Parts: sequence; structure tokens; C-alpha cells
Amino acid sequence: MTMRRLWIGLTFVLFGLLLGVPVVRIAIGAFDGGVQGFIDGVGRPEALHALMMTGIIVVIVTAVNTVFGVMLALYLVRANWLGPQLKRLLNSVVDLPFAVSPIIGGLMIVLLLGPDAALGALLNKAGIDIVYALPGMVIATLFVTFPLIIREVMPVLQEIGASQEEAAHMLGAYPWTTFWRVTWPSIRWSVVYGVVLTVARTLGEFGAVLVVSGNILFKTQTATTLVYQDVENFNVTAANSVALVLAACSVGLLLFMEWVKSRKES
Amino acid sequence: MHVEVTGLNKRFGEFQAVADVSFSIAKGQLIGLLGPSGGGKTSILRMLAGLESPDSGDIVFHGQRVNDLPPQERGIGFVFQNYALFKHMTVEGNIAFGLEVKKWNKAKIKERVAELVELTGLSGFEKRYPHQLSGGQRQRVAFARALAPEPQLLLLDEPFAAIDAKIRHELRSWLREMIDRLGITSIFVTHDQDEAIEVADEIMIINKGNLEQKGSPWEIYKDPKTPFVAGFIGESTTVEDISALKGFKEAANWPGTKGLIRPEYIEIGKENEFTLLSATETGKVSHIHFRGSEWLVEVQIGDIKLVTYRSLEKNVLQVGDEVHVLIHRAYLFNNKDNWVMENSLKVDPLPVHI
Repeated sequence: MTMRRLWIGLTFVLFGLLLGVPVVRIAIGAFDGGVQGFIDGVGRPEALHALMMTGIIVVIVTAVNTVFGVMLALYLVRANWLGPQLKRLLNSVVDLPFAVSPIIGGLMIVLLLGPDAALGALLNKAGIDIVYALPGMVIATLFVTFPLIIREVMPVLQEIGASQEEAAHMLGAYPWTTFWRVTWPSIRWSVVYGVVLTVARTLGEFGAVLVVSGNILFKTQTATTLVYQDVENFNVTAANSVALVLAACSVGLLLFMEWVKSRKES
Repeated sequence: MHVEVTGLNKRFGEFQAVADVSFSIAKGQLIGLLGPSGGGKTSILRMLAGLESPDSGDIVFHGQRVNDLPPQERGIGFVFQNYALFKHMTVEGNIAFGLEVKKWNKAKIKERVAELVELTGLSGFEKRYPHQLSGGQRQRVAFARALAPEPQLLLLDEPFAAIDAKIRHELRSWLREMIDRLGITSIFVTHDQDEAIEVADEIMIINKGNLEQKGSPWEIYKDPKTPFVAGFIGESTTVEDISALKGFKEAANWPGTKGLIRPEYIEIGKENEFTLLSATETGKVSHIHFRGSEWLVEVQIGDIKLVTYRSLEKNVLQVGDEVHVLIHRAYLFNNKDNWVMENSLKVDPLPVHI
């Protein structure tokens, strides 16, 4: 009994040290210079720009990954014309971003689409910058967050099976109607859950974005790379302020996620 | 709807699910597709529905080839094995779905749903969700939903498989009655021969992708066209050397011929129960089982073990009793042919007319 209490206590202490203390430390750090210090830290033009960049990336990445993630999940589970071999291959490719370090993911994009690569040079001539610009950052983040929605939706699709959809077809519903009226209500909360994970991951993405963006002030700097730069420049209060904003978003998402989970299970 | 199928084939990889199946079904009939699991029954049903496309062969409804029509346009009602009810919709929502999709007007939908709720005895359950219903109720919702858009053909895939035995019986007669009343052409898949015999006008026996025989239950029972059908329908014992039994000596004229004997082809009893002792074999009772409404008796004749029933009204036999066994007929088959042979000694050689 005492042993068990001890273990439980130890677990709480460990997680407190790992998770709680840093958040509190950030909060205290952000208000080092009082409320004004925090407002100054977040209100700097470079901070506002960086937060805006993060915001833009979140919106684009979430939208693209939601649409294509749900589509790919549907194909991977339902499309019999794909053949089991191809399906298995696609299925493992989906997990690639989980296995590959984000920095390496970013590096691959630089190597493929950077100014020194053939494709990148071609696009550059056409006036489209991919690397060291927003498109590259979006692509890098898409890569990193790609599996999240698919992996949430696929098991649900597998579990409900195709028979409700077939029943809808027999009753005269074409694929689009069937999706919205039969499939969507079943996968809805899984998609929302996947979206929350995607948003959280996108907010916090650092490695891939750093490599692809070049971290150019007022151009390609995101909230996370700004925090990194602030720390490098010993601008600790400003770094804490931006970090606190990110942390607050994450906590908000976490609470939202809990609520979604309870909906999903009911 | 008149259904005509010719030369239907379907392969799944290496597996030949349906092999050159042809049949036609007259309007208003209730057809049972009967056969062992994995025999291709469901594949045939799904090809009729358009959920699976045949590798070759034609499916014709009302003289119109429908192979290239998507399921949405075939005008078929389908009751799935596990009902596949829309679980986030109420009973009403489920039944109305097909009508909403077809853009019926609201008042008409309401009227039709009410009519079907009434017909299927689901009054009072309109607002329930599928998970709040019993198995039998779900089946009736699935049935009502399939019928709502007024289909010309109703397909049912193992409609009673997921229901416990007692309710299954009730539902069977309910379904039969319902289909009779509506006069809709219906095809159902089952692996349960009692179900097929009890419910269907005609049975199609499907085995390993082949249509073995099509006919009324009585025809199939009385005159099975293949050894598979003979063995699948009813109970039976296969006898390797049928010519060893009294009355079937002629079977030796066809070497390699085996016999299939049903319990109801056999009579057993003590000497005084038979008028024509010369046609009977003698055997020994090896087991008796009480079957609720009769005795099931296993009897040993030399190396051959036969099974038969005995009325509860007759004297009770005991294990080890010496009994006489009269085999009225046997179903004979060899590699080439099959036929029914009557006991040749049953006809009194010296009839005495009074």
C-alpha cells in the first residue's frame, strides 16, 4: 500500500517536473518585466509577423490535410480497385513522416526544390519561390502532419465497414450524398480529433520549418523560430512571452481535445 | 420484375466465386439461394444488386440489360446480413432516407413512412435509434427501409442469420406473408435448408460457384439432380456398397455406384410389424436418441449403419434389439449418372387376391 502510494507520488512528481514546472517557468518568465514586458514581447512587430506566419501556416496546412487526409483514408480503406499490394505500400508511406525526423523532412524539400535543384531553379525562373518562402514552409509542415488525420480516421472507417454505404447506394444515394449523410456522421469526431492534433503539431513545428524557411526576419520567421532566435539573443522575456502564447494555444487545444474525445466515445 | 441471368462468372483473384450461372425468375416469386457458406450465393446477390460487377455474363431485368447500371439506378431493395441500418438515424430517418434521396415531397414521405411503420409493426418505435432496438425489430426496420422506395425486386442476404432461433421462426412466416401480400419478386440467401424449404417458392442450390439445381422444395427433395443436392437436402447416410442390401442387388450392374438413404426411406420394427418380411434386412439397434417428437434410431446391418426415425406411438426399441429393416428406396449415383431405385422385393411376388 505504501509502496503503491510512493510510486503514484513519484509519477506525479516526475510529470510535474517534466511538464508543469517548465510551463510555470515560462509564465513567470513572460511576466518578468510585468504585464507591460509581456505586451512588449508579444507586441513587437517581428513577433506579430511571426505569429501571423504561424497562423497562416496553421490555416493552410489544416485545410489541405483535412481534405486530402479524409480522402486518402477513404481510398485506403474502401477502394478495392487499388489492389492489396499497392494499398499496403501506400499505407506504409503514410507513416513515413512519423519515422523520419522533421529536420530530415525539411532537408529533403530543400534538396528537391531548393534553388540549386533542377526543379527549384525552374520554378525560380517562373517567379515562384518554394524554399525560403511560405510555400516551402507549408509543404514542410504538410509533410510532418500528414499522417495525423489519416491515422485517426482509418480505424473508424474500418470498424463501421462498407455496408451502411452500400445500403445508401441501394437506396439511390450517389457517392457524394452517401459521404455526407452516411459516412461523415460516423467519422466526424475522429476528423475533428485529427484536426486538433494537426493544429497543435503545426503550432509547435520547429525543425522542418527552420531548415526550409531560413528563419528570415519579417519574411519567413514563425513563432517557434522567433522564440529560438530570441533565446539565442538572450532576449529571454520576449522569448517567454511568445512561448507563453504558444503554450496557451496548446493548453486550449488540449482541453478542446478532451471534450472531443468524450464526444467521440459517446 | 422478371429476372434473367445468363453465363454469370466472377473471380476474386484465384478464387472462382461464381461459375457460369444461368437462371430466370418469374415475377412475384420468392426464391431461396441455398448452399454452404462460401459457395457464391452472396456474390450472385451482390452482382444482381450492382455492388459487384460480373467478369462475364448478362443480367437482364424486364428485358433490359442492367450490367452497366449503377446500383442507384437498378430499383432494387436490399436487406443486408447485419441490416446495415444507419446508426445515427432514427427508425423514421432510416425508412425515409431512400425517399429523401429520391426527392419525394415531404408530405408524401411522411405518409409512406407511416404506412411502412404500420406494415412492419414498428408503431411506437419511430423515434428510436437502431441500438435501442432488438434484433427482430432491426430486421424489420431494414425490411421497411428497403421497401420504402417501392423497389421491383427485393434481395435479402442471410436475413435471419443474426436472430436467435425462436424469433427466427416467427420472422420467417412474417416475411413470407409480407412478401405474398406485396407481390414483390424476392431473392434471399441462406445456408439453412429448413429456412429455404419453409419460405421459398423455388430453391436454387449453389455449390462452389455452380448452380446445382433449381426447383420447388418438393422437386428438389424428391428428385435431386446431383449427388451434392441429394446429400445437402434433408438428412442422409451414404452407403458405399448398396448392392449388399436386400432389394438393391441390381445396383451391382453399375460398378462404383453408391447409395444415399434418407431416414424417412427406412422403416424398422419387430417381425410382426411387416407384411413382407422377404424385403427386409435384419439388423441390430446400436443407438437410440429421443428427438422431442420421435425416436432417432441407429441400426447396424452388417458393416452398414443406417439412421431412421420411429414414431413414439410404436413399441419402444432398446439398444441391442434385433430388428427388421425395410429400405423403401435409395438414391444411387456414380461418376456418370444418378437415379432413384425402389426396393425391388417390395412388390409381393405372389399377390393373393381375395
